[in-house]
Amino acid sequence: MTLLQVDRLEARHGQLKAVRGVSLTIESGETVALIGANGAGKTTLLRTIAGAHRIAAGRVAFKGEDISSRSPHARAALGLALVPEGRRLFARLTVEENLQLARSAGRTGAWTLEAVMDAFPNLKDRRRALAGTLSGGEQQATAIGRALMMNPELLLLDEVSLGLSPLVVDRLYARLEALKSSGVAMLLVEQDLNRAMATASRAICMLEGAVAIEGPTGSLSREQVTEAYFGLNKSPRAEAPSP
Amino acid sequence: MIFINQVLQGVLLGGYYALIACGLSFMFGVMGVINLAHGSLAVVSAYALYVLADRFGVQPFIGLCVVAPLMALVGWALQRLVLERSARGGLLAPVLSTFGLSIILDNLLFQGFGADTRSLAPYIGDLSYDSWALTDQIAIGKLAALTMAVAIVLLGGVQIFLNRTLIGRAIRATAEDPDTVGLVGVNARRVNAVAAAIALATVAIAGAFLGMRATFDPYAGATQLIFAFEASVIGGAGSLWGTLAGGIVLGVAQSLGALVNPQGFFIAGHIAFFAVLFARLFLGRFGERVRIAVGGAIRT
Repeated sequence: MTLLQVDRLEARHGQLKAVRGVSLTIESGETVALIGANGAGKTTLLRTIAGAHRIAAGRVAFKGEDISSRSPHARAALGLALVPEGRRLFARLTVEENLQLARSAGRTGAWTLEAVMDAFPNLKDRRRALAGTLSGGEQQATAIGRALMMNPELLLLDEVSLGLSPLVVDRLYARLEALKSSGVAMLLVEQDLNRAMATASRAICMLEGAVAIEGPTGSLSREQVTEAYFGLNKSPRAEAPSP
Repeated sequence: MIFINQVLQGVLLGGYYALIACGLSFMFGVMGVINLAHGSLAVVSAYALYVLADRFGVQPFIGLCVVAPLMALVGWALQRLVLERSARGGLLAPVLSTFGLSIILDNLLFQGFGADTRSLAPYIGDLSYDSWALTDQIAIGKLAALTMAVAIVLLGGVQIFLNRTLIGRAIRATAEDPDTVGLVGVNARRVNAVAAAIALATVAIAGAFLGMRATFDPYAGATQLIFAFEASVIGGAGSLWGTLAGGIVLGVAQSLGALVNPQGFFIAGHIAFFAVLFARLFLGRFGERVRIAVGGAIRT
């Protein structure tokens, strides 16, 4: 079943068109990697899908329902969860309060407070600590845990490994591997190409706001991805920014 | 003995200040909204209770069952129609718009009720003047004791609500990062409206005690606003238990000031307020310096 369908989506930052007509689909339970250089529009795309950024044109459908004009909390209630870039925890709330806040989405399921604590054992001793006092790894675990507490059907993960030590990233990806088998679909933004390709079954590479290449991770060669990533075989764009 | 009595009465007066500061502290400390119409809204509630008692013979405590929900609705409307819109205009706009609202409310009350002072005291029987005598010289007013008890229950209740309930946590999270709460399924608009409704329901209760313990007139709001502000700032923004302590500090300072000189009542309260404010500024900076010095020593 098609879980997420994005049609010719456009999003802007003022005059700048950050996302230029992106179309993509994600099937239930699928793990897709979204790769691309800095400024390619990955974060804006994710935020627009989650409703945190306004849609300029195009359409987003989730479970067959057009959600383009829905508010972020309505999308969360449908089962769409974003782990935002930079974690965005509530620093003055405790870890436990941050996690429980996700119950506002009104979705119950396998992910309870205890289940999150079991999945991220490093949070167990820190449950009463203010989120502002956590280490980077603990913060990221809390941010992912908070999204899981919404019992989402699609999890959007934006640069979850940013600023973490390699050891912590390894542990985090081990958790994400375990998540895949739980049936939740994931759209994963990751800077580390090898890691992204190893985790996902399909990859979408963005360049200057548009999809440059996409396909199953097995069929894409490293050269193809690198070319798409940096736009090596492309003639320079002559397009002027439209107002 | 007089001294002990003044401190005791000051503590009880502090209960009233804490009560009047509850709604303000909630909006200011938790939601980050400065509501300058706070005092006027308390006076509006007092007038509403007065009308119920005077025209329809409804006792003020029973009248609160009507006025508190009504003020909650006012809070909802205030958030949707004034605060939410003005917040888009920057930090100063809500301050100015609530200031404007207070002027409108004060003058509407003046139009409707004239300059006469009113009181709810005649409608609560002997509660307004009865007291328990502890010794020959010290007596505790029943109304003052009730005010203190209500302040403790109300401030404590609101604090527990904020800490323990889902909507309470959502209110705190929304104040901290209104853009991110939507991503975890929180309807920020609804949460803020609920918070404003709760704040104004507490204002209705404060208005009832304002009317019962003394007299009020259409322009009484400004003084109540100042006392409420002083109590919440002394107590520290964000903590409702702190507001209770802040109210008590203010009340004790005022009654000790009155002991020194009958004119000293207000000035002592303001001095206490400034003393706490400056102490916090100085100690904050001093603490910073200590941290830097210690940090430097560890690094070198």
